[in-house]
Amino acid sequence: MAENNRAVLKLREKFSASVIDVVEFRGEVTVTVAKDVIIDVLSFLKQSLQYNLLTDLTAVDYLGKKEERFMMVYQLYSIPNKDRLRIKTPVTEGDCRIPTATTVWKTANWLEREVYDLFGITFDNHPDLRRILMTDDWVGHPLRKDYPLQGPDREPYKGRLS
Amino acid sequence: MATTETMTLNMGPQHPSTHGVLRLVLELDGEVVVKVTPHIGFLHRGVEKLSEHRTYHQILPLTDRLDYLAPMSNNLGYILAVEKLMAVEVPERAETIRIIMAELTRLESHLVWIACHALDIGAMTVFIYAFRERETVMELYELVSGARMTSNFFRVGGLSQDVPDEFVKKAGDFIDSMPGYLDQYEGLLTTNPIWLKRTVGNGVISAEDAIDIGLTGPALRGSGVDWDLRRDNPYSGYEKYEFKVPTGENCDTYDRYKVRLIEMREACKIVRQGLDRLKPGPVLADCPQVCYPPKENVYNSIEGLIHHFKIASEGFAAPEGEVYHGVEAPKGELGFYIVSDGGNMPERLRIRPPSFVNLQAIEQMSVGSMIADLVAVIGTLDIVLGEIDR
Repeated sequence: MAENNRAVLKLREKFSASVIDVVEFRGEVTVTVAKDVIIDVLSFLKQSLQYNLLTDLTAVDYLGKKEERFMMVYQLYSIPNKDRLRIKTPVTEGDCRIPTATTVWKTANWLEREVYDLFGITFDNHPDLRRILMTDDWVGHPLRKDYPLQGPDREPYKGRLS
Repeated sequence: MATTETMTLNMGPQHPSTHGVLRLVLELDGEVVVKVTPHIGFLHRGVEKLSEHRTYHQILPLTDRLDYLAPMSNNLGYILAVEKLMAVEVPERAETIRIIMAELTRLESHLVWIACHALDIGAMTVFIYAFRERETVMELYELVSGARMTSNFFRVGGLSQDVPDEFVKKAGDFIDSMPGYLDQYEGLLTTNPIWLKRTVGNGVISAEDAIDIGLTGPALRGSGVDWDLRRDNPYSGYEKYEFKVPTGENCDTYDRYKVRLIEMREACKIVRQGLDRLKPGPVLADCPQVCYPPKENVYNSIEGLIHHFKIASEGFAAPEGEVYHGVEAPKGELGFYIVSDGGNMPERLRIRPPSFVNLQAIEQMSVGSMIADLVAVIGTLDIVLGEIDR
C-alpha cells in the first residue's frame, strides 16, 4: 500500500504538516505536497532517497474542477532502486508562480520553460525563462483549458460528438 | 593591440545536419563554439492539446507522428499507458508481436541514426548501406500494417490484426542476415582513422552530469550508466527475453556509437526469440468495453457492427485517476502520463519525449569544441524534431 512506501513514510516523518494527500492507483504512488515546501521535498528525495532522475515535469489545468486551478506534476525515478514516485503540488490562478526546480536538476530548465510557455506558470529564479515551443510574441498559453483548440480567433471547438 | 570578439552564426532551421527543423544560434570564437542556443517549436502541432479532444482510440494515430522514425515504439508507449489505466490484459501472441515490432523499430531507428550520423561526419557509404536495410524493415511494416511509416498497428488491448503468414519467414530472414550487415558498417567505421578522430573524445558528458540533465537511453548508457527500462522495469513481457544492456566507458560519441551498434545486435536476438516463441492465438483482448470487436464480427453481424460503431464514435470511459508509463524507445525513455476525469477523453495527456530532454544537453556537450564537432554531437544525440516539438 501507498502508506507503507519507503518514500511516503520518510516524507510524512519530515514534512508531516505539508503532505496534503497520498494516493496509490494502478501501483503508482502520488504524493501531493504544499507549494511552499516543494523544492525542499524534491531535494530531500534526491539527496536522501536516491530519486536521482527527474523524468518529467509538467502541469495540469483543472479549470472549474478544482479550487486550485493548476497542479504541477514531477515524475521522479530512482536509477539505483528502479522505482518511480510522483510528486504534485497545487498552484492557484491568483498566485501563478512556483520556485524553479533547476536548482535541484538541470533537466528542469527546458521542462519548466515548456510549462511556462503552454500554461503560463512563472518559475521564480529560473535562469532562462523564455517561451520554447511558441514564438516569443505569442499571446496566450495554449494548453490552458480556456484557450480555444482551433486558435485564439476561432469559435471554441465543441467536440466531434456535439 | 589586436582585439577579438565573438561572432554570432545562425545554423538552421534548414540545415542538413540538424535532422529536421532545428535552429541553433551559435556564438563563435573563430571556429570554437562559445555558446549554443537551440530554438525549437517549428514542428509544434499541439498533439497534447489535440489529445484532450479525442477518445483514447483516436489519439493513437497522433502518436505515430511524434518520433516518425520509430512509430511503433510510440504506439507501444501510448497503448501501454491506456492499458494500465483500463487494467486490460493483453493476449500472449499480441505481446510477442508487439515486442518483435518494437525491436524492429529500434533497428530501423538506429539504422537511420547510423546513416545520418555517418553522413554528417562525411562517411557517405554507410548511409547507402543502412538505408538499404531500413527498406526491408519498411517492407515488414507495410506487410503488417499497410503503411511504411505511420503504422498505427497496435490497438488498446492487442493489435489491429494478426500478422500475415509470410511475416515470420521474412522477418526471420532479415534478422538472420542483419548481423552480417552490421559487420559491414563496423568494417567501414569502427577502426576507420577518420571516424575515430571525429568521434573519440567528442561530446563528453560524465554519468553524473548526464543524469542531472536527464539523458536517457543510449545517450545515458554511453556514459556508463547501466539502466534500461526493458530490463529494469520490464513491460509487455520483456522479462521473458534474454538480452544484454551495453554501456560505454569514456562517455564520448564513439562509445555511444558502440552502445547503439551492440543494441542493434541485441535487438536482432530479441526478435529471433520472439519469432521462435510465436504461438497461434488471439491478438486482441476479450474486453468488449474497451477493445474493438474482431473484423469478421463487424462484417457479419449487426451486434458486431453496433459494437464497432460505439467504440469508434464514443470510445470508452476511463476510470478517474492518473497513470504514467515509460518505455525504452530507441532514443530514450518515452513516457505517457494520462490524467483521466472519468470521461471518454483524457483530461490531460502529457508526452515525455526522449529527444526533447536529450537535446537540452547539446550546449554542455559542445561548448569549447569546433563547429564540425557540434555536428557530430547533434548526430550522437539522435534527435527527431517531430517528437521534440510535438
